[in-house]
Amino acid sequence: MITKEEVEHVGWLARIEIDAKESDAYAEKLNSVLDYFGQLDEVDTEGVEPTYHVADIVNVFRKDEVTASMPQEEVLANTEHKQEGNFKAPKIM
Amino acid sequence: MVYENPDGVRIGLEVHVQLNKLNTKLFCGCSTEYHDSEPNTHVCPVCLGLPGSLPVINEKAVEYAIKIGLALNCSIVEQTQFHRKNYYYPDLPKGFQTTQYDFPIAGEGRIIIEGEDGEHVVGITRAHMEEDPGRLQHMGSIDRSKGTLINYNRSGMTLIEIVSEPDMRSPKEARRYLDKLRSILDYLDVFDGDLEGAMRVDANVSVHWGERVEVKNISSFKGAERALLYEIMRQKNHIRRGGEIVLETRHFDEARGVTISMRTKEEEHDYRYFPEPDLVPLRVADRVPKVRETLPELPDAKRERFMEQYGLGETHARALTTEIKVANFFEEVAAKVDPKDAAVWVSDILKGELNYRELSIDAFTVEDIVAVVELVTANKITEKSAVEIIRTVLDDGGKPQEIVEAKGLLKVEDDIVATAVDEAIAENPEAVADYLGGKEKSLNFLVGKVMQKTKGRADAREAREKVLAKLNE
Repeated sequence: MITKEEVEHVGWLARIEIDAKESDAYAEKLNSVLDYFGQLDEVDTEGVEPTYHVADIVNVFRKDEVTASMPQEEVLANTEHKQEGNFKAPKIM
Repeated sequence: MVYENPDGVRIGLEVHVQLNKLNTKLFCGCSTEYHDSEPNTHVCPVCLGLPGSLPVINEKAVEYAIKIGLALNCSIVEQTQFHRKNYYYPDLPKGFQTTQYDFPIAGEGRIIIEGEDGEHVVGITRAHMEEDPGRLQHMGSIDRSKGTLINYNRSGMTLIEIVSEPDMRSPKEARRYLDKLRSILDYLDVFDGDLEGAMRVDANVSVHWGERVEVKNISSFKGAERALLYEIMRQKNHIRRGGEIVLETRHFDEARGVTISMRTKEEEHDYRYFPEPDLVPLRVADRVPKVRETLPELPDAKRERFMEQYGLGETHARALTTEIKVANFFEEVAAKVDPKDAAVWVSDILKGELNYRELSIDAFTVEDIVAVVELVTANKITEKSAVEIIRTVLDDGGKPQEIVEAKGLLKVEDDIVATAVDEAIAENPEAVADYLGGKEKSLNFLVGKVMQKTKGRADAREAREKVLAKLNE
């Protein structure tokens, strides 16, 4: 069972503010998702290889060769928060 | 001697090594040469985490990772894959870091260091690949800043995180471990350790076998030693005052030399690791033998060989093999002059002069040190003059032979010394009488006269012997 506190903790991890009403609703929704996983857990997977990737391929490599980067103006085009070519964010601890 | 670890100190280190000798980043073709560039000029949709971008792994980065794993005596995993480590942080534009979780490319290994009580084995827990985040620049000190500037040029650089067991028992051992690790990585030629941020250290420290505290953001080896000394002292004092050590993360403030408690960090399960769907698994087992062939002779093996091949003592062999460049330099010198002379002049004299000036071995040539050693062994100059020549080459430039001439450092011919000795004895009968009467000090006076007459170009030891011989005739 996911509690309201856990919803708030997950919200903090994602840096999203969740108010009291929302956390009740999320708890309910997340619990129904977990119930579904519970059902999946009942499937017998004895002897089945884990799927690490949906496509059955390995070793897709790239040569160590330089390709062009983006111009700085383009990198910063979508933000108003910038200073001397940097993105600017609030104080971070 | 057995080191008993009186304070029950345990130190484990996590070292992030940036593979800055690769041409490109881990998952994209952006150049790694960003160090003197404008912010955010070495980035692309992949390293910015823009929607729709697709990472593709750098083949050479995987080879380097295997190489490092092998050099640290690690097992290399058959198949490896990447995970997403989720946390929201502005230096990770995607909102997760692509890293390795349950199948790190390199598993258990070990490094041998000079410990408090002789050779000491430090276990390596794992070495895994991950991408470097961008660089945050706090406007002011970290806990009082007004804002943060973010430069993503570093974002996506290949990191190898090397995690040790908590096997180090003092800050000194931690420092030795870091030096040894750096030495091995230099030998492998996978990174340039002189570039900013090439090696970054987080430390786990506990005292009295208690709970561990993680100290993050240590940017230099000297810093690591200082941070550890401070943290051990802090924990001991805290316990002495009746406090309890709790699991926490602290930040090392390099400027103030103290550690500061940070907000409690996410626990491992908070990271919600899950397999990276944009990258396919890597089957690397069949690449290992080929990479193994590219491994160079590593420091420990080279040290052994130097002792055997050149007849060097342990101290010289160690000092000469710490840095690959110095080791190669020494071998070139040893091919031309007596290896033991080469060891003394390269290790004891030249390295000392270079360290004093904070220069690397590149600042001197093999040819010049060979010339200096040959002048000394041929008895043409004194050892004191040889040191003077080395200093002059480093400070003012020039060739040893020219300096010898310009400064008149050639030892004077034997007959000139002999004449000076005869004169000194003839001109100072009182001193001679004093010496013969048992006044040892008079000998020094006479030797001083000889040096004066030869304008200091005679070898003091030889002059002394000649005076003695004459007096005892």
